[in-house]
Amino acid sequence: MVIPVAVVITFAFTAVFVVAAGADPFDAFYRFLVAPLTSPVTLLEVLVSATPILFTGAAVAIAFRAGYYNIGAEGQLLAGAIAAAGLGMVVGALPSLVALPIMVAGGAMAGAAWALLPALLRVRSGIDEVVTTLLLNPVALLLVNALLNGPWRDPETGFPESAPIAASAELPQLVARSRVHLGLVLALAIIAVAWFIITRTSAGLKLRAVGSSPRAAAFAGLDVNGTLLRAALVSGAIAGMAGVSEVAGIQDRLTGGLSAGAGYTGIVVATLGGLTMPGVAAAGLLLGDLRVGAGSAARALDIPSQVGEIVQATLLLVTIAALAIISRRRSTQAGR
Amino acid sequence: MRRGEIHALLGENGAGKTTLMRVVYGLTRPDSGEIVVAGRPVAIRSPKDAIAAGIGMVTQHFSLVRPMTVAENLALGRGSGMRLDLTLAAAAATEASQRLGMRVQPSARVDSLSIGQQQRVEIVKALARDCRVLILDEPTAVLVPQEVEGLFSALRKLAAQGLAIVFISHKLGEVLALTDRVTVLRGGRVEGSAVTAAVDERTLAELMVGRPVVGQERAPAVVGSATRDPLLEVDSLAANKANGLPALRGVSFRVHAREVLGVAGVSGNGQSELVEVLSGTRPLGGGLVKVAGVTLRGGSVPEVIRAGIGRIAEDRQASVVGDLSVAYNLVLERIDDFRKGGRLDEEAIQRNARSLIERFAIRATPQAPVRTLSGGNIQKVLLARVLAREPKVLIVSQPTRGLDVGATEYVRSELLAARERGAAVLLVSEDLDELLALSDRLIVMYEGKVVGALNAAGADRGQLGLLMAGRGSAGAAAEQSA
Amino acid sequence: MIAFVFDILTATIRNATPLALGTIGETYAERSGVLNLGIEGTMYAGAFFGFATAFWTGSLELGLLAAVLVGLVAGGLMAFLTVTLGANQHVSGLGLTLLLIGVSEFGNRLAFGGGQSLRRIDPYPLVDPLELGGPFSQYALTYVTFLAFVPLAWWVLMRTRFGLAIRAVGEDPEAADAAGISVFRTRYAALMVGGVLMAVGGAFFTLAALGSFTLDIIAGRGWVVIALVIFGRWGIWRAVAGALLFSAVYSLQLRLRVTPGWQDVPFELLLALPYLVVIAALALSGRNVAYPGAYLKPYRRT
Repeated sequence: MVIPVAVVITFAFTAVFVVAAGADPFDAFYRFLVAPLTSPVTLLEVLVSATPILFTGAAVAIAFRAGYYNIGAEGQLLAGAIAAAGLGMVVGALPSLVALPIMVAGGAMAGAAWALLPALLRVRSGIDEVVTTLLLNPVALLLVNALLNGPWRDPETGFPESAPIAASAELPQLVARSRVHLGLVLALAIIAVAWFIITRTSAGLKLRAVGSSPRAAAFAGLDVNGTLLRAALVSGAIAGMAGVSEVAGIQDRLTGGLSAGAGYTGIVVATLGGLTMPGVAAAGLLLGDLRVGAGSAARALDIPSQVGEIVQATLLLVTIAALAIISRRRSTQAGR
Repeated sequence: MRRGEIHALLGENGAGKTTLMRVVYGLTRPDSGEIVVAGRPVAIRSPKDAIAAGIGMVTQHFSLVRPMTVAENLALGRGSGMRLDLTLAAAAATEASQRLGMRVQPSARVDSLSIGQQQRVEIVKALARDCRVLILDEPTAVLVPQEVEGLFSALRKLAAQGLAIVFISHKLGEVLALTDRVTVLRGGRVEGSAVTAAVDERTLAELMVGRPVVGQERAPAVVGSATRDPLLEVDSLAANKANGLPALRGVSFRVHAREVLGVAGVSGNGQSELVEVLSGTRPLGGGLVKVAGVTLRGGSVPEVIRAGIGRIAEDRQASVVGDLSVAYNLVLERIDDFRKGGRLDEEAIQRNARSLIERFAIRATPQAPVRTLSGGNIQKVLLARVLAREPKVLIVSQPTRGLDVGATEYVRSELLAARERGAAVLLVSEDLDELLALSDRLIVMYEGKVVGALNAAGADRGQLGLLMAGRGSAGAAAEQSA
Repeated sequence: MIAFVFDILTATIRNATPLALGTIGETYAERSGVLNLGIEGTMYAGAFFGFATAFWTGSLELGLLAAVLVGLVAGGLMAFLTVTLGANQHVSGLGLTLLLIGVSEFGNRLAFGGGQSLRRIDPYPLVDPLELGGPFSQYALTYVTFLAFVPLAWWVLMRTRFGLAIRAVGEDPEAADAAGISVFRTRYAALMVGGVLMAVGGAFFTLAALGSFTLDIIAGRGWVVIALVIFGRWGIWRAVAGALLFSAVYSLQLRLRVTPGWQDVPFELLLALPYLVVIAALALSGRNVAYPGAYLKPYRRT
């Protein structure tokens, strides 16, 4: 109920920008939201575009659900991408069945490793993870650039891109003549597993208790710091897999712009999805739709493609505003 | 309300006294009705309006910014121009404290002051704003009897200076001792109003409770309990506060089966830390804790629960996860007992919830999020969670604070029933009446030490008050019953 | 060697200017009880709209004014979300950052056709009122920041009724409310003043230091500021000292890039150094610091 209302309000706000760019807002919004769903080709592109943000959305939602504000999915994604590119260059001799699990595990470990320091600082010294996870994002990007301008620069073209990964390390295509790849299935599988763990197991119940009231959880004898640490590392690992998915599924190499802000978009996806896994799946597909739509609308109507980012950010703000209003109203009613 | 009058607002917990006065002070919005000050109706939408209308209020939880000095707190919301004039504020503090006849140090940080001193700062703050009506919400709840006397004489002095004072209380004795007129509230309605001197205690009590008053029923103390083995032994216990300063300095006592040991004391004298150590949420700084003969390492909630301690903490809201259901909250301390294979055993969780809801008369469904429950029902959830495991030792802190009459009686009867079943109960409360009604023995804490121990039956309030204030001694009694 | 130290000192003070402004702004926001993660976007938008206005009008002063307006709007929007509606402060701030960066880049595309074609303005010149040279040759905005804004920010926070109100609503809004302070208005004011300082800090890059706008112009400096405020324990002087420390490391690495023997080290790694130094500083000094009492908590009368 919240999301459709939020979409309408968002479009009312962002129409200003579309008009400023000299386009008809109704036409533009049709292209943003509806057009991508009308042809098989663009529909498949929506799935491609949704893949990384399904990972990062799940990663962020798990961490937030535990009350751990991991804003570092962007950096963790890049760490996973670096690992995937590095491994992809050396596993060429192995068959895909062996190489792919190595890639995914390596990327997950790299993402978790990038998430480890802020998590340790939080549980050991009480240092705010928001700041430390945020600060590691530019560091990860600088590391990628250092590799691409230095040792990994493509020897053939001289471009700041790594050499392609081995064919056996590439995530296989799912649909012929499209870019949809196995990463999508992996993302959905992870969302399904996360859903099961959060809603159906004792570990999930503990995570929900810790996230919603750490003091009560500690009073009941739950291991609050352990739960936070595990949630942080799992979150980092899933964000790292997003990097693997982009390197091994789309780019076939490490590139500077490979993330396209998927780490930050993950926060939007998680929030829009109400921090639930079905919500993340739905919000991920919605934003995938929006990303494809914004791209094609920009080309067709000659408006800056950043309008997609504006719509996305506005949607986020309108949604949390709506959620805040609803929770206020509910607490007012409960108080009477 | 008249000038120079001390007017009591009497009523049980939950009768609406505090809400009424919060409305008058602009902290809560009224649904209807009007407020008249000095003959003129005033619209009070915020405390600012109330202050402008000459109303000052001392709330139960003080409205002081703790990391700031007394002078800064006085300057807050006052004065004109841009500059913050702390010398002026300090002068105002000194002048007001003279009117009150109590000393206040303007440069002291509020969080370094005792509760009694903070209350003085609150009154001084109101006086410095030239209030004509001063509202005090249960001001004696946090004071020892001797401090109460000091407060009363200060309030009489202020009334003599022409101030109108509203004194909110549920303690009949105080109302009769201090006030000129009294209004009784029950269930949000005025039950009656009278000149205090013209009514007696019994009439007021009946107005307040709405039915003939009966005393708390309670089985007599078990004779010779001290000779049996204690279930909870605490020996030379030490612990630190959050800021590293010592909170407990060598606390020793024993609680036996079928016994309630009450802990009296002005808040902030180590009771909270004692409860936290015994609850496993604060590390042991030294000494020994034994439960049924088993020594605890300390600082671990699972260990404490395994040893057979059940805990009802002071802060109910911080003991439940508001977003989770009643059913989940009821198993929060032993989630791992409700597993089937890799999954949660939802069926068992629901069964457990239904049976506890029935046994403890909790008014909620198993699926309801706990945050939608009333304070009394939340306390019942906590009682159910703890008592369902039949703990050997119960650690209970402020179990009835903020509850209505019915819930209070229910909680007290459950605690006594646990005692009947053979549990050892340690009861920490700021409510002396509650301690005297429920306890077999009492210990008094002052500055992190046990300064006295006495039998509850026939305990002398005057002596208790002296002990709570850190004066007098009951050393011999302490030795005897320890 | 002396010349080297002087160079570093000069650059340190210069590069610390936007950080000092942002740090003061964020300190005001957080002392009032609101974590403003919109800072990165506010600095970015201040840089862009300051530049665009100066470019189109030819007036640097109007550019500065535009940045001030951006700051007021950004701070006001943050206040609306977190104070009026009581929305989650983390997500509100991040959303605001995403929005402001999106709007700025959108505007950049629309006005200048993207980031590649570099438009330039004549930025503010360096001034040296005492004619001492070296570290004293700075932008006027740098002088104003360190000699006026920083001490003034401290004075206002600690010695005025407004500052007392900010500190009170950030520590204990109930108590402040009971004392007749409007929590609502005080937090709005703190966030809007803070927003202006952040946006002007961003505009320093385009209107003074660079004279042009590039897409990675802020590059996470807003996040650095968030860390510096914690490092400074919500005090103005300590936070500004932190800004100078970060800036010193930043300036040192800039210099090392052109120092013989260091050129083989990838400059990206040197560029990452200041971020790592800030994390290390937090790790060493940020142990269990006392946050403002009402940090992250929306206030509403019950």
